[in-house]
Amino acid sequence: MKTTRVASADRVRRILALIRKESRQVVRDPSTIIIAVILPLTLLFLFGYGVSFDARRIPIGLVVEDATPATGSFTASLTNSSLFSVRTTRDRREVENDLITGRIDGIVVLASNFSTQLARGDRAPIQVLVDGSDPNKATLVRNYIQGAWGNWLAQEAIVRGERFAPPISVEQRVWFNPEVASHHYLVPGSIAIILMLIGALLTALVVAREWERGTMEALLATPVGIFELLVGKLVPYFVLGMLTMALATGTALFLFGVPFRGSFAVLALMSAVFLVTALAQGLLISTLARNQLVAAQSTMISAFLPSFFLSGFVFEIAGMPLPLRVISYAVPARYFVSGLQTLFLAGDVWSVIWTSLLGMSVIAAVYIGLTALKTKTRLD
Amino acid sequence: MRTALWSLIVKELLANWRDRRNRVILLIAPMIQVLVFSFAATQEVKNVPIAVLDQDRSVLSRELISRFEGSPQFSEIIRLANVAEIAPAIDSREALAVLHIGQDFSRRLAARQPAQIQLLLDGRRSNAAQVVQGYAVEIVDRMNAEVSELGGVRDPPGLVVARTWFNPNSDTLWSTVPGLFAILTTSVAMMVSALSVARERELGSFEQLLVSPLASVEILAGKAASALLIAVAETSTIMLIAMYVLGVPMEGSMLLLYAAMLVYLLSIIGIGLFISALASTQQQAIIGSFMFLAPAILLSGYATPVSNMPDWLQTLTLLNPVRHFVVIAKGSFLKDLPIDVIAAHLWPLALIAAATLSAATWLFRFKTA
Repeated sequence: MKTTRVASADRVRRILALIRKESRQVVRDPSTIIIAVILPLTLLFLFGYGVSFDARRIPIGLVVEDATPATGSFTASLTNSSLFSVRTTRDRREVENDLITGRIDGIVVLASNFSTQLARGDRAPIQVLVDGSDPNKATLVRNYIQGAWGNWLAQEAIVRGERFAPPISVEQRVWFNPEVASHHYLVPGSIAIILMLIGALLTALVVAREWERGTMEALLATPVGIFELLVGKLVPYFVLGMLTMALATGTALFLFGVPFRGSFAVLALMSAVFLVTALAQGLLISTLARNQLVAAQSTMISAFLPSFFLSGFVFEIAGMPLPLRVISYAVPARYFVSGLQTLFLAGDVWSVIWTSLLGMSVIAAVYIGLTALKTKTRLD
Repeated sequence: MRTALWSLIVKELLANWRDRRNRVILLIAPMIQVLVFSFAATQEVKNVPIAVLDQDRSVLSRELISRFEGSPQFSEIIRLANVAEIAPAIDSREALAVLHIGQDFSRRLAARQPAQIQLLLDGRRSNAAQVVQGYAVEIVDRMNAEVSELGGVRDPPGLVVARTWFNPNSDTLWSTVPGLFAILTTSVAMMVSALSVARERELGSFEQLLVSPLASVEILAGKAASALLIAVAETSTIMLIAMYVLGVPMEGSMLLLYAAMLVYLLSIIGIGLFISALASTQQQAIIGSFMFLAPAILLSGYATPVSNMPDWLQTLTLLNPVRHFVVIAKGSFLKDLPIDVIAAHLWPLALIAAATLSAATWLFRFKTA
């Protein structure tokens, strides 16, 4: 009885000593500051302020083959719109070249018979060309031109004193994000990527480093058990990840004005579970890789890229082929991104929160189980 | 001297090749990445679940709903029974959008009054929501045209038909693969060069290299040359997969693409070696390359258009080599980009390569002197 208590006290003391040693290493290495503070702030800045899905002043070419009052009025409505930056020409070859080089995203052609066709009520008097090398943008450009065209038709009808209203009209309301600002969901999503980097990449590197330098064997020759060793290694990175999480949340709320409608307790719990999952993945990678180049590349392939591509953060999972949709369920970031977006924009929606927590916990359990198996056999 | 440089290159290649896990990572990884992520990197929105609340329950409302059901963009149409079910359907992410048809829909249409339907969208995914809204408007516009014609009215058509250039069938792979090709090329060149010096420094073999008869510039040249060889080999593999497995066309000149790629890879290797010279451990080198890769890829126009960025940031992206290469790669695969346009992106790349390689040389000398 007494000896077990002494043994467990020893164990706690050893773990604490390891945590102290690892924490010092964390604080002393400038690369930790880069990945825990500078990289997150840069990414948040880019997602909050730099990149965006919200098109502004789309450059388009407008070809007017025969100028009439009608074409003049349509040209004015396009140029006055804040959505487009219009380059007008008479010769379509001029702007066709711009579409090839990517200087413009679309071409609107008002052919020489535009006015007569319009007067007769023929189908589609305007022609639109879009750049299919980015189909998403092509669709948006077409929609915007469609909208501008519909507005102009309605305006013209009103000027003529006619009643013009399509029989059915669609009234759109975007919930949670009425101003349709993509940074409102990109910023929370990017937090998942940042935490994945800290959790998986740092852990994979620090453990692989010990193997690569041969210091792992030295550590294992001490009275420290493998379990104590790993806990000692992971705790500092867990704390670091939670600190970065707090920094990122603060930046999102106060600098980029992203709303937060859920509760911070749930956010903290969800982040903790996600960090454990990321740390477990990093640990598993390092156990298998044992050298830092391989560990880094494996983290890139199995943790970072899936978090970016298969989490629904930038790319819509529903649009992917079935095998990828299935794989996406094994990507922890998928659950975290959906949870973060919900907590920030919608609130505490328990059905989403439970799915997120459960999904991440199952993945974490699998990773930890595999690591335990692998470590045991390696040491025998 | 030339033979010494050559043996250094051979040694570098062997160092990357000797370890079995290294081989797997360097060879297999880019293939898996291009095969998997090409299908994932789509911003296409299809198969999305939407919900419908039909309070009108008329022939016309059913007709409208059946058009949504017939559209390939929507996977399933969840039927809602009452207004109270709308919020949970969106909140729980069961439906990306809810189409709400009010009680007076058919009555107003019969009376030739404009009828309004509501489309509620999930702003947590506002990009996809906007695309869905586009689909919905298109479906409704088509129905409008028919309703008007039935009523004997012939309004000028509100529906715009667009032709899509360069990718007439809007094939997803055509749009994702060229961009991904540029990104994977970048990450391979970056990782190999960034780790080259840092690994030797960490493992202690760097001092041995310094006391060899090679000058420091030659050491660096050897590292750059071997990184270039590895990157070119991998890039060629990815290119072959893109063309022959994924069926992406090569409209432009492959020779031109290779020429541009060499210049581009040198600019990336310059940055990689700079980071490697700066770092004293591999961890620092890897984190340093992430510090470059993440912002550079985000600001390249790969995932989101450059034209959506604030103006000053757009100007800043001219310094970003990835941005220039994404344009060249997409243009070479899909567009047969004219040579003067490629040249317009090539000379900035050449300048950047000259700058990063000299910076790396300077730092390397400075640190080893």
